[in-house]
Amino acid sequence: MKAWQIIVGILVILVILAIAVISWGIRVNNSIIAKEQTVEESWGNVQSSYQRRADLIPNLVETVKGYAKHEREVFAQVTEARAKATSMNINLGELTPEKLAQLQQAQQALSAGIGRLLAVAENYPQLRASENFKDLQVQLEGTENRINVARNRYNAACKNYNTYIKLFFQRIIAGMRGSQPKPYFEAEAGAEVAPEVRF
Amino acid sequence: MLNERVRIGRVGFLLLWVLLTVTSVARDIPDYQGFVSDYANLLSGSERTSLEMKLREFNSSTSTQIAVLTINSLEGETIEDFAISVAEKWKVGQKGLDNGAILLISKNDHRLRIEVGQGLEGIIPDIIAGRIINNIIVPEFKAGNFSRGIDGGVEAMMSAAKQEYDAIPGKPPTAAGRSGRTVGNLIYLLIMAAFLPIFIFGGMSRRKRRLFWGGPFGGFFMGGGGFGGHSSGGGGGFSGFGGGSFGGGGASGGW
Repeated sequence: MKAWQIIVGILVILVILAIAVISWGIRVNNSIIAKEQTVEESWGNVQSSYQRRADLIPNLVETVKGYAKHEREVFAQVTEARAKATSMNINLGELTPEKLAQLQQAQQALSAGIGRLLAVAENYPQLRASENFKDLQVQLEGTENRINVARNRYNAACKNYNTYIKLFFQRIIAGMRGSQPKPYFEAEAGAEVAPEVRF
Repeated sequence: MLNERVRIGRVGFLLLWVLLTVTSVARDIPDYQGFVSDYANLLSGSERTSLEMKLREFNSSTSTQIAVLTINSLEGETIEDFAISVAEKWKVGQKGLDNGAILLISKNDHRLRIEVGQGLEGIIPDIIAGRIINNIIVPEFKAGNFSRGIDGGVEAMMSAAKQEYDAIPGKPPTAAGRSGRTVGNLIYLLIMAAFLPIFIFGGMSRRKRRLFWGGPFGGFFMGGGGFGGHSSGGGGGFSGFGGGSFGGGGASGGW
């Protein structure tokens, strides 16, 4: 066997190896993109479910006001908590653990406000009996449940993505892409227990 | 000696099987038995059959799928969490349309929930689901009339859902979930299929090969059609739900 034959042989092997490495890299890259997209989607659902709850609040406040005009303090509290919570619109790209903690805090404050509002409502039997209020309760329960589902799904998608980009070889591609792990929703100690809307 | 090897193979396969099943049992979500899965025995045999027929007919005429599940106990879980787990596992409704709903009743907890698929949230909003529960089902349940409550609730859900979603022409509802395979995947599968024997038989002698097919794997690879799914017989047939997704919509109640 001549020297040039050996060189050609080695070159062929190198080219095959390079193709294998590159196609593997592309595959990993695509899968990171796909996983990131799932996280993004589920994050969007989290935000829209929070928004859905926030949208209910003016209506809820108005309904309670109709029966309990002088509870101004509670109304002001809820309205302020709502304004604060809705002002926080965070893109997934800029979501850091600190920002997520802030968001959770704001949403918690809103939950607490709703809880207080419902506690007030309990003192007004006519309000409790009204069809409008009953419907609002059902809607509120529905939004709480959607938030819960959306958060769980976000966490699941996040876990899937975070574990993948931390794998030994995958980390290289993730590093090249600049893909960062995404923060999880923490279960809050008692604070974020959905306001109890049943009487 | 040959027999011994077969036996060892079988034991290994069995162990693997047990391992796989154990890991999937961690959370106990019941299987569906059709559109109606009456684990708490709230319906008589004939009531169950007529409800099943009604829902089957509703599925074939509107493509909307309504499932009924009764259980004895939630075992400490909330009905909302349990309902979404069931919804995620069963995938009631058509893929893409997400037009499914589940009526879930837990007998001993005295709790019930209507879980509404994402495609139905517009026409069965939480308020409507709540009214169906509180005004139609709960009064019957309080009086002990489970079958009347379930039937009335299902009727109300059907009439609410009828405002949208006609049957999709020319598309059998059960095919929806399986049509996602692309040409690329098929080619990949073909290539894999071509190489598989080489991987498996690479080092085997001819005698061992024969043993292999006769052994524990023979039944697995050659049996074919082992995964028939849940067919409950009867005309028109029920062959599984369509792949609908849920986002936590609906309402809960108690009696």
